Amino acid sequence: MQQAARSIRVPRKLQRSTCRLFHNNSSLGSSNTSGRTTSFGFKTVPEESKESLVKGVFDSVASKYDLMNDASSLGVHRLWKDSLIDTLKPGRKGPLRCIDVAGGTGDIALRILDHARENYADRETTVEIVDINAQMLKEGFTRFKKTMYHNTPQVSFHEANAQELPPSQFKDDSYDLYTITFGIRNCTSIPAVLREAYRVLKPGATFACLEFSKVNNPLLSTLYDQYSFTVIPLLGTILAGDRDSYQYLVESIRKFPSQPEFAQMIRDAGFSTGGDFDGGAWTDLWGGIASIHTGVKV
Amino acid sequence: MRTHSRVLFSLMSPACGSCRGIHGWGRVSNNTAVALGSSSSPRSLSYSINRKLHSAHSSTRPQPSYPGHIPLTPFENTFLAAGSALMSLIDTRRADMVAACGETTAGSTLVKLRDIVLESPEGRRILKERPRINSQTLDMEKLRSLPENTFGRAYIGWLDACKVTPDSREPVHYIDDPELAYVMQRYRETHDFYHALFGFKVSALPELALKAFEFTNLGFPMTALSLGASLRLKSPQRARLWTEFVPWALRCGSHARCLLTVYWEERWEQDLDEMKRELGVWDPPAGITIPQPSRIASF
Repeated sequence: MQQAARSIRVPRKLQRSTCRLFHNNSSLGSSNTSGRTTSFGFKTVPEESKESLVKGVFDSVASKYDLMNDASSLGVHRLWKDSLIDTLKPGRKGPLRCIDVAGGTGDIALRILDHARENYADRETTVEIVDINAQMLKEGFTRFKKTMYHNTPQVSFHEANAQELPPSQFKDDSYDLYTITFGIRNCTSIPAVLREAYRVLKPGATFACLEFSKVNNPLLSTLYDQYSFTVIPLLGTILAGDRDSYQYLVESIRKFPSQPEFAQMIRDAGFSTGGDFDGGAWTDLWGGIASIHTGVKV
Repeated sequence: MRTHSRVLFSLMSPACGSCRGIHGWGRVSNNTAVALGSSSSPRSLSYSINRKLHSAHSSTRPQPSYPGHIPLTPFENTFLAAGSALMSLIDTRRADMVAACGETTAGSTLVKLRDIVLESPEGRRILKERPRINSQTLDMEKLRSLPENTFGRAYIGWLDACKVTPDSREPVHYIDDPELAYVMQRYRETHDFYHALFGFKVSALPELALKAFEFTNLGFPMTALSLGASLRLKSPQRARLWTEFVPWALRCGSHARCLLTVYWEERWEQDLDEMKRELGVWDPPAGITIPQPSRIASF
């Protein structure tokens, strides 16, 4: 994907490269060998192309990812991530071997390690950060250089596809905690990701997913929609010089399954979850704007 | 259950496909009513309603009038105007933000300019033919072969001296009318010709002097706003801008004919000095222009 490779340049050039990626959708039709399609935001694309389209988006947003997260959520994403860690309490029952998938810039990994260290004096917990996108991993690596975990066995970075984790590197039944935060909706096949999560987790281990979800309150939903479709693409234009990537991101949120549907998918992969209500298989944050889904491998 | 769902729906209709913003409370579009009828169990009713309404979002924006057009609501326009102005100040190299600021603050300027362009025969030819300026439409070798003091030679000399290409201009996105969008695009693409006409370099001080000139000559609010970026200049440079170059720009810009009416591509062979007399412009004070081969160097 030459367009995707070219988009690894300064932000103001990226708009053109990403636009080309989006406007060339018609040429992608010729590579549709299986005939299966999937959604890319509100567009429908051949299944084979989604991965490279998403790669293009994240190559483009990587350098401004953290800034855009803060700007578009007005910093609230930090509260949600803190909430996830408070729910999981990593390190409470001893050191954990964690895998943080789609963990690119390292927000969750850093919180896991800090929580274990600060609350339980745990320096043995490790996190393996896995991401399909090298640019995002690079941002994460750079951020970790500013912390005490750089060059220690506590953090490591791996470029891999969440749907097909290489079995030689990610063995069966080997992790105590699997987290995926704001990443699963970008994957082509959610069931495949869940199956891989089930495979690599030890029996009794926890699966946790923090993701944007459905807002059920109609008033909040309207305001949230207005904000998402009006302000966020503009913030992308202003801060990152890239409207299309952020348009894709807000559209992909709408295409993600609702809380009960996703909980069922988690159960279908073999996990055991709580009941189908808020506080059971999932916990809604801020009215359902984000939601934490958890499951246990039995 | 049907009554219940209709009540539920009318509460949520602001997000439906037939209306933008918080208008149209209580309007129920036909297709969504049908979709309502097909929803399954009561428990999943609210979830599936949300799904169908949210999927209407791609149709809430009107269709683009030309490739690259992004229609904005008034709120979005104001937001982008403020945001792009701020961002242009923070990072002055964000040409796309300067462009966005120009477009979102243009208002009626483009209408006035289009009318001025229509009043001159040369301008009417421009609007009819809609020439574009990029490395495909310009014959660089032919320009390089022109005699020394011609406009075409001066332009190519300026491109080489400042190491820029004619391809770096951001396309227009936020102007709704296609003809006005072309006028904006033409302004952006001919900006380099104004540089070449005076020999302005591409650093901050000459750019601001040129923006002041464009404000009096063309009238875009963004050009006046951009003078706010003079705060980013060092003190002596800022003083020179306001005491020497802005007075020149104001006098020269208002005296000159509207430069958007100039069909530059027909004038490559025209002598530069004669062109300046015809257009009613004169050289700026020394210090921000590239060395002209036919003049005495003024470093």
